[in-house]
Amino acid sequence: MSTRKDTKATKGTKERAAAYAVMAIALGAAVLSAQQAPDRSHPPAVGPAPSLRLPALETRTLSNGLQVRIIGAHKVPTAHLELAVKGGVASDPQRKFGVASLTADMLDEGAGSRNALEIADAIDFLGAGLSTTGAPDATYVELHVPVARLGDALPIMADVVARPTFPDAELKRLRDERLASLLEIQDDPEQLIQVAFPRVVFGPQHRYGTAMMGTAASLQSITADDLKAFHAAQFRPSNAVLVVAGDVTADAIVPMLERAFGGWKGTAGGGGAALPPAAQLTARHVYLIDKPGAAQSQVRIGWVGVARSTPDYFPLRVLNTILGEAFTSRLNTNLREVHGYAYGASSRFEMRSSAGAFYAAAGVQTDKTVEALKEFFNELTRIHEPVEPGELDKAKNYLAMLLPRNFETTRGTADALAQAWVYDLPADYYSTYADKVRAVTAADVKRVADTYIQPDKFAVVIVGDRKTIEPAVRSLSLGPVTVVESAEIMK
Amino acid sequence: MYSSLLLAALLLQQPAAVAVPAIDVAYTQFTLPNGLHVILHEDHTVPLVTVNVWYHVGSAREKPGRTGFAHLFEHLMFMGSKNAKYGEFDRLLESAGGTNNASTTEDRTNYYIDVPSNALDLALFLESDRMAYLIEAMSPKTVDAQRDVVKNERRESYENAPYGMASIEIAELLYPQGHPYRWPTIGNMADLTAASYEDVVEFFRTYYQPGNASLVVGGDIEPAKARASIERWFSDVKPGAKAVGPIDYPHPNLAEVKKKTIQDHVQLPRLYLTWPTPAQFAPGDAELDVLSLLLAGGKNSRLYKRLVYDLQIAQDVAAVQASKALNSEYQIVVTARPGASIEKIRGIVDEELRKIQQTPADEREFRRAINQVESSFYNRLERVGDFGGVGDQLNANYFAAGNPGYFNEDLARYRALSPADITAVAARFLPLDRRVELIVEPVK
Repeated sequence: MSTRKDTKATKGTKERAAAYAVMAIALGAAVLSAQQAPDRSHPPAVGPAPSLRLPALETRTLSNGLQVRIIGAHKVPTAHLELAVKGGVASDPQRKFGVASLTADMLDEGAGSRNALEIADAIDFLGAGLSTTGAPDATYVELHVPVARLGDALPIMADVVARPTFPDAELKRLRDERLASLLEIQDDPEQLIQVAFPRVVFGPQHRYGTAMMGTAASLQSITADDLKAFHAAQFRPSNAVLVVAGDVTADAIVPMLERAFGGWKGTAGGGGAALPPAAQLTARHVYLIDKPGAAQSQVRIGWVGVARSTPDYFPLRVLNTILGEAFTSRLNTNLREVHGYAYGASSRFEMRSSAGAFYAAAGVQTDKTVEALKEFFNELTRIHEPVEPGELDKAKNYLAMLLPRNFETTRGTADALAQAWVYDLPADYYSTYADKVRAVTAADVKRVADTYIQPDKFAVVIVGDRKTIEPAVRSLSLGPVTVVESAEIMK
Repeated sequence: MYSSLLLAALLLQQPAAVAVPAIDVAYTQFTLPNGLHVILHEDHTVPLVTVNVWYHVGSAREKPGRTGFAHLFEHLMFMGSKNAKYGEFDRLLESAGGTNNASTTEDRTNYYIDVPSNALDLALFLESDRMAYLIEAMSPKTVDAQRDVVKNERRESYENAPYGMASIEIAELLYPQGHPYRWPTIGNMADLTAASYEDVVEFFRTYYQPGNASLVVGGDIEPAKARASIERWFSDVKPGAKAVGPIDYPHPNLAEVKKKTIQDHVQLPRLYLTWPTPAQFAPGDAELDVLSLLLAGGKNSRLYKRLVYDLQIAQDVAAVQASKALNSEYQIVVTARPGASIEKIRGIVDEELRKIQQTPADEREFRRAINQVESSFYNRLERVGDFGGVGDQLNANYFAAGNPGYFNEDLARYRALSPADITAVAARFLPLDRRVELIVEPVK
C-alpha cells in the first residue's frame, strides 16, 4: 500500500492530550433542499465547535493503596486496562542501559505459576492482548480484553505486574534478540538516525544519548538480578496507577480488581532519581554517517529541548505545529510540496521528565541533500519572524480540535489518563487544554522560538552516501564536519 | 506440543463459553442520481465525523508504461480543485481541526477526511469539489510537483529501506507478464517520469466518476441532515460517460518452485515464501487467515515457537494471507539470526507446513486462533475514522462483498471452520513444490 502521507514520520507525535469540556453539540445551518445546487463560491462556514462529553471519571483506591481510574465506554464489549508505574528507561543504572526496557519485556516471560508459553497461550486463548513497555519515564502493562473474559485475564495481568519470575533462559533469548535488533538498526538509515542523533546531542553518558534497548556491551552485562532489583524498586502500588477504559462500571469491576491486585504489596523501593539535565550544545557541528549507495539522506537537526514540565508547553506545541507537526507546517510545505525533495518533513520536541531533544527531520533524495539543508535552515531561521494571525489561528484550531480523537478508543482514553498521571498533569488539564492552546499569542510563539530554536548551535546529523554528499555538505560551511562510524554510534 | 496431561490440565482451566454478542453496526445506504453510492453510519461517542471515499480503481487498472499512476493520481487529488485552489484543502481542514490521508492498493484507492462534526459541510464541499472539478485546477506543473514527492516516497519505502526491493522482486516471479498484480503500486521510476497531464485527464474521466465510487459519512451525524447535505454537495458531480467494467484475470498458476536470491545492505538474511491464493472472501481465504495464526500468531504458534522461541535461529517470523480482489498472496517471511542457515530455516518451515497439511490442529490450538479472530472484529469497531476505522470498513465491505454491513457474514466464515478445513486448504493452496522462494542476503 502506498499512502499520501508518511505515517512513519508523523507517528513521532506521541503527545496524548484531549479535552473534557462539556457542552451541547452545536446545530448547523438549516437544511437546504436537495434540488438546490451547492454554493461553491466560498467554503461553507464551520459552526461553533462541539466539545467532548466524556462519561464521568471514577477514582477508587484498592486496599493496598493502588489508585484506580475508571471510565466507561460502552460501544464495544471490550476493555483496555493500563497499569503505569513511574520509573522507566531514565531510571536505568549507569553502565546498565537497557535494564528498564528489558525488565518490561521480561514481565510476561514468566509470572506467578505460569511460564512464558503458558502466559501467551492463556492470553491468546482469551482473545486478549497483553503488552509491556519500558518508556522513558514509566513502565506500562496493558491488557486489551473482551469484557466477557476480563475475569479470566485479570489474574494473569496481576501476576505479570506483581510476580514476574525473570527466568534466565528467557533473559538469554531476549538479550540475543536485542543484539540482533541492534544489527538491524544499522541496516536501516531511518532507524540508525534515531540512535545517532540523540548520541550526538546527549553523549554516551547521559541516558537519553543511548537507545532505550541499550547497547551490545550493556546488554551483555545485565543479569536477572538487575531486572529483579529494578522491578522491586519501581513496582509498588504506591508508585502506580491502574486505568480502566471500556464496557465496565466501577462498582462491578473494582471487586475484581481488588481480588486480582489487592494482595500486591511490593517492597519499599527507592524509585529513580531524576536525570540530570543534559549540557546544551553551544556551536553548530555537522556529523556524517556513511551509507554507501543510499538513495536518500536521512537528516536530523536540533539540540537539547525541554522537559515535559516546561511552563512553555502550550506555546511550544503551537510553535511546533506551525514549524513541523501539521501537514501544512512550514517544513513539510517547503521540503515536500514546494521543492519535492522529500516524502515528508517534520519537527518535534521530545518532552520527558528531563529535557529531551528538539529536532527537525526528513529523508531527502541524495542529490538534493545540500539544497534540502539550506531549506531546513531557512525555515529554522524564518520561524523567528512574527507569525501571521491566519497561520497562528490555523495551528491553534488544529491542536485544540484534534483532542477528541484521543478519546475515541478505549486504548487512547486509557493512555491519555495514564500519561496525565505519569507527568503529574493537573486535574483540569484536559478540560482546560483547548483554552490554553487558544490563549497562545504570536508574541508567545516568537519568545519560545527565540529561546528554544537557535540554529547556529544545532547539531546536524546526516546518514547518507558519503561519497556523493560530503564535498557539497562541507562547502555549505555549516560548521565543522565530523565523519562518524555507525559502530561508534551503537557503542 | 503439549503432553496430553498438560493439555488436559489446560482444558480444565478453560473458561466456560461466553456468548459473544452479534456485531451491530447500523447504517443506511442510498445511491445518488449520478451513481454515487452513499452509506451513512451514526455514532455519537465523540464529536467527530469521517468522510470516507473509495474509488474502485487501483494499480491493477494501469496501462503498460504507466505503472504507479493510480497512486500518483491519489496524490494529485490533494493538489486543488476548481473551487478549492491548491493548498486550501489542507489549510481549511487543519483550521477546522481536521485530518486526512489516502492510500492506494492494486484494487482500490481510499480517502478519508476526519473532522469535528461542526465541519461536516466543509469536508463534503472539499470532497465533492475534487470529485466534480479536479481537472479544472490541474496543470502539468502540479503533476510534476507530486511526481517528485512520489519518487521520494519510493526511495524511502523501497530503495532506501532494508529488504525494500523484495516485494517488487516477488511479484515479478509470482505473476506472468501482463498480470495486473505484477507491477508495484508505487510504480517504476521511469513510468513515474513518463506520466503526463493527458494521462491524468483520461484517468480521471475513466475511473473517478461517481458511479465508480462509494462514500461513507460516519460518526457524530444526524442522518437526515447529513443526507440532505450530501445530496446538495454531490448534486453537481456529473455521471461518467461510460461505466467502468469489471476487471478479471486468470488465477496465476505456478508449475514449479521459482527461486531467486538478491543482495541488499542488510546483515541478517531473510527468506520469503509466496503462493498465489484464493481471492478475498473466496473459499480458502478465511482458512488461510486462521492458518497464519496457527503458524505465526503468538509465542505458541508453530513457526514462531520452533524458529524463534525454541531453536532461536530466527529473529522474527510472519505469515499472512494478503487478501485481494483478483487473487490473494500467501506469504511466510523469516529473518535469520546472525549465523543461522536459511536452508535450515526453510527445512523447518516445510516440516511444519507438511504437518499442518496432514494433521489437523488440536481443538484448543484451533480455538485459540478463532478466539483471536473474533476479538479482532470487535477491536476494529472502536474507531470510526482513519484507515481501518468503521467508515473505512463499511466501504471495504461494500467494495468486496457489495454489502456494507458484511461484518457478521465475514465473521461467520471463521466461526464455521473446523481444524480439518485449515488442513485441507493448506494442503491444496500451499504446495511445497509450486511457490516463489526469494532470499535476501547481505551484500558480500
